[in-house]
Amino acid sequence: MAPITAGIVVFPGSNCDHDTEYAVASFKGVRPVLLWHNEHDLRGVDLVVLPGGFSYGDYLRAGAIARFSPIMQEVVDFARKGYPVLGICNGFQVLLESGLLEGALSRNRDKKFICSPTNIRVENAATSFTSRCRPQEVLSIPIAHGEGNYFAPPEVIDRLEVNGQIVFRYCDAQGNVTPESNPNGSIGNIAGIINREGNVLGLMPHPERASETLLGSADGRKLFESLFDFLAGRQ
Amino acid sequence: MPFNAKIKVTLRQSILDVQGKAVEHALKNLGYAAVDSARIGKYIEVSINETDRSEAERICNEICQKLLSNPVMENYAFELEHVN
Repeated sequence: MAPITAGIVVFPGSNCDHDTEYAVASFKGVRPVLLWHNEHDLRGVDLVVLPGGFSYGDYLRAGAIARFSPIMQEVVDFARKGYPVLGICNGFQVLLESGLLEGALSRNRDKKFICSPTNIRVENAATSFTSRCRPQEVLSIPIAHGEGNYFAPPEVIDRLEVNGQIVFRYCDAQGNVTPESNPNGSIGNIAGIINREGNVLGLMPHPERASETLLGSADGRKLFESLFDFLAGRQ
Repeated sequence: MPFNAKIKVTLRQSILDVQGKAVEHALKNLGYAAVDSARIGKYIEVSINETDRSEAERICNEICQKLLSNPVMENYAFELEHVN
């Protein structure tokens, strides 16, 4: 079977691109490919990951300038054709700016940049990104962001809710979604959402930073495993 | 004759402006009891090489909607100044 190729976009200012490459390369039958922001060629990859970091220095707004980079025009087409796209942290911000996902991320409620382990609850285990998780499973995956406060108008939140598009919520270790377990002030403790079609997922926590027990948690592997299962099934 | 666009981008009222809140608290701590609130936005100057005012306005609206502001959480306003 041909290896699954995972394209990882490198923007100027990305700083989790190589962590993601490392995490992805640890899966059997998966080959990471770094894609430079100035390219127009996705080189036939099976999925695209937009990694964390500070693309274009986060100038203007996080993700605002990255969204117009040459590679993003291809990523938007790729996503619209139904191929999987995963946006992590800054990558989530880019997906929102590009209109592939709905809503926006503003400054954290308590004004601080937060780098810390967090618990998130799997709200929808029936997506191609979460099939290896149990419904309501609590995952320990760290966050590292200053602008992760998810916002969307009430009618959008209602729609996301009804369609099962809210995939992860911040919670405590027992899986209770409480105000205390909300690190950044996100509406409804939202940590990650998926598009209606189910092929574009964005989340603030960093699964690549929870990809082996030595790092404190290997829960992030479940997202990658789900995705690679899905792609292997499609081949 | 170019135009100079003075653009202000501000967070919508419904969005918590944490920077504004911090400044508001600092001003109150300094003893300015009359200060009620503070909000922080962005100020951007763009020079537009266009002779027709309505065309310059159209460009300005377009760039504000496309890049300079995020309509989900921000509002924008601008003034066009004729540069001689």
